[in-house]
Amino acid sequence: MSGMHVRPMLERIDAYPNQWISGFGVRAGRPLPFGATIVPGGINFSVYSNNATAMTLVLFRRGESRPMAEIPFPPAFRIGGVFAMTVFGLDAETIEYGYRAYGPYDPAEGHHFDPGRILADPYAKLIGGREEWGAARTAPDAEVYRSGVAGDDFDWESDRPLNLPAEDLVIYELHVRGFTKDPSSGVTAPGTFAGLVEKIPYLRELGVNCVELMPVFEFDECDNARSDPTTGRPLYNYWGYNPLGFFAPKASYASTGRHGMQVDEFKSLVKHLHLAGIEVVLDVVFNHTGEGNERGRTVSFRGLDNSTYYMLTPEGYHYNFSGTGNTLNCNHPVVRGFILDCLRYWATEFHIDGFRFDLAAVLGRAPDGSLLSNPPLLESLAHDPVLRDCKLIAEAWDAAGLYQVGAFPDYCRWAEWNGRYRDSIRRFLKGDLGMVGELATRMAGSADLYLRRGPAASINFVTAHDGFTLRDLVSYNDKHNENNGEDNKDGDNANNSWNCGHEGPSDDPEVSALRDRQVRNALLILLTSHGVPMLVAGDEMGRTQRGNNNAYCHDGPLSWIDWSLVDKNADLLRFARCAIALRRSHRALRRDRHVAETPPEGLFPALSWHGVHAWMPDWASYSRLLAAMFYADDDGRHDCVYVAANAYWEGQTLELPALPDGLAWHLFADTAAAAPHDVHEPGREPPLADQARAHVGPRGVLVLVAHPVPTKS
Amino acid sequence: MSFDAKMHVADGAATLRLVGELDRRSAPRLNELIVQAAARQVNRLVLLMDELRYMSSAGLRCLVFAHQKMPRGVEIVLIGTRPEVAETIRLTGFDRSITMEDSVETG
Repeated sequence: MSGMHVRPMLERIDAYPNQWISGFGVRAGRPLPFGATIVPGGINFSVYSNNATAMTLVLFRRGESRPMAEIPFPPAFRIGGVFAMTVFGLDAETIEYGYRAYGPYDPAEGHHFDPGRILADPYAKLIGGREEWGAARTAPDAEVYRSGVAGDDFDWESDRPLNLPAEDLVIYELHVRGFTKDPSSGVTAPGTFAGLVEKIPYLRELGVNCVELMPVFEFDECDNARSDPTTGRPLYNYWGYNPLGFFAPKASYASTGRHGMQVDEFKSLVKHLHLAGIEVVLDVVFNHTGEGNERGRTVSFRGLDNSTYYMLTPEGYHYNFSGTGNTLNCNHPVVRGFILDCLRYWATEFHIDGFRFDLAAVLGRAPDGSLLSNPPLLESLAHDPVLRDCKLIAEAWDAAGLYQVGAFPDYCRWAEWNGRYRDSIRRFLKGDLGMVGELATRMAGSADLYLRRGPAASINFVTAHDGFTLRDLVSYNDKHNENNGEDNKDGDNANNSWNCGHEGPSDDPEVSALRDRQVRNALLILLTSHGVPMLVAGDEMGRTQRGNNNAYCHDGPLSWIDWSLVDKNADLLRFARCAIALRRSHRALRRDRHVAETPPEGLFPALSWHGVHAWMPDWASYSRLLAAMFYADDDGRHDCVYVAANAYWEGQTLELPALPDGLAWHLFADTAAAAPHDVHEPGREPPLADQARAHVGPRGVLVLVAHPVPTKS
Repeated sequence: MSFDAKMHVADGAATLRLVGELDRRSAPRLNELIVQAAARQVNRLVLLMDELRYMSSAGLRCLVFAHQKMPRGVEIVLIGTRPEVAETIRLTGFDRSITMEDSVETG
């Protein structure tokens, strides 16, 4: 094409081929960055393998099953362990590619080279071949994931990561597909990034300001050999904790994935969430890949450089600290670089606000699996210049028994999913003895675990995707995972749940009322505690998984959000919305330092404890009642929230801490009251008639706020 | 794979009729016309889309290019966009800086 050059420029002298291979003009490429990069005149391909003896680039026309060309890397195009080649005249939009890696097949030495396979690029920004969710794999391309080249130009307008203070966050964990796939969602593009955009008004109204997206990297949802024993239907790997492409947004999560536009659609989602004041945290899985153990499939890493990417035993088998068959060798310098490159890509190209690391304890292990005291990967992430403002959240345990909650190598930078918080709040709520002191410690931001880092290092939660929903937590004593096809052996046995007197659904009005109350109790404790609260999508509207506490394999009504619950459980949703709004309107609940580190601010201590008598908490092992009073001097305004939690089966009358003249206690929430009197909009709470005493119901939580005495005019 | 674009400037409006498939190969041609339209200092850019069968990722970027190339305040209107193309524009969020209209106004 003889295009008209508006502004003639001096062109690079390397923008032309100097060799021809297989009909394509090529020249020696640039080894960095890894991956496929659009350069003047062509595409630069760079791939690392320490042990490959040779490499071939395989090119496809998008959508065609047979390669259009295979271009071996000439020996001179290899620098160190990197094969790099620029190929000219390729249309980045219409080609796909992969690699054949040549080398020894010697499993005992950790080598699994097989040039018969076409391997995906670990740095692929797009992955083609699986654009339709759940589509049957078609032979002979069963194992072929096609790498693609994504344009990185996007109209971000003025968007940038929001950088909200961590202690101000209310995190909402959701599954991109499950959030809108059910027809009740009413969106035009169900189960996709675009579908989620249509639900942003709901998120805004709910009041959350951070969504944590369960895995969105390309994974294989069909990677599950089991079927549901009750229906015979195939089961899925629905959650997606089996990544195959760490740089590629999952194609079938984009309604435009069939056109290869998943990158644009996902960026559009982030931009719209940011416009609504909502941060985006990605749940990232760097502890393992979806390639399984040595008998598993080979998509990319195993075929390119098994002994670099995976932790291997001396005999060449995979270590299995992740419980999924393999463990990514994440403290190997090359793999560490891969992870850093990946996170920087998501932070810079997608404006991601933070990351939650699945089974993060694995990331502190050495290549031989031993525990490192100063893990290079975690240190690098903590101090990375590009990631400085990203939230880093560790799931601080792994599947091999390593439990690091409160002891994760944090560099004063990492936050953690606080598993202790979850367990303690659940046990208090179901009435276990000896939990009052523990409740106080958890509500105060777990200073025993995070004093050095501050309360925002504690991601507080009562439920997460992994485990019972909040509704099921109060409806089931035991897990009911029969539909998962593993004889109910999968899933956690230690749920600290209580069914309120009947296992499963119940028509008994007393059981129902108690469940409603327990759910509200949990929400109030969670949303008033110091630290960062996390909710699971659907808990605010009473979602059930019918007692399944490990629904990873279900792609259907069991795991999708049923939006008819918005109306059916409107009272609960209103309650949750108000509880979130309460947190957001009281600085006393959102401390960035623990109260022990907080200088006195005037009227009251930043946090004080009370019991049946004001200022006299009962720490006895038989006590099931505790009241907390949070206080802050908010620009001269007395910000004061009183939270009484009673896990005893009888109600109790509480002496209230006396307020100074001009201030009066107002009732925000009383979970023993029937809706709509169970909660009041923040700022519109009615004053208490009796300012000296209040009643907390049986197994109830009472929340009061101090406002100026209403003046009668 | 074919693409054709013709521009007509009148009454302060540049009207471009797009025909065929707009992808990475054809996008430079459209961008060139957009640069010309910007140079003519029009206050309205109209894209007649009813004969455009397909718009790729690179094609979508022409819309952003137009938005950024035209002076602030210039309205960019897409008329008669086929449903499949319109859907792609909307789902990928490229509709934020343009106006979509159903059909050419008569008269």
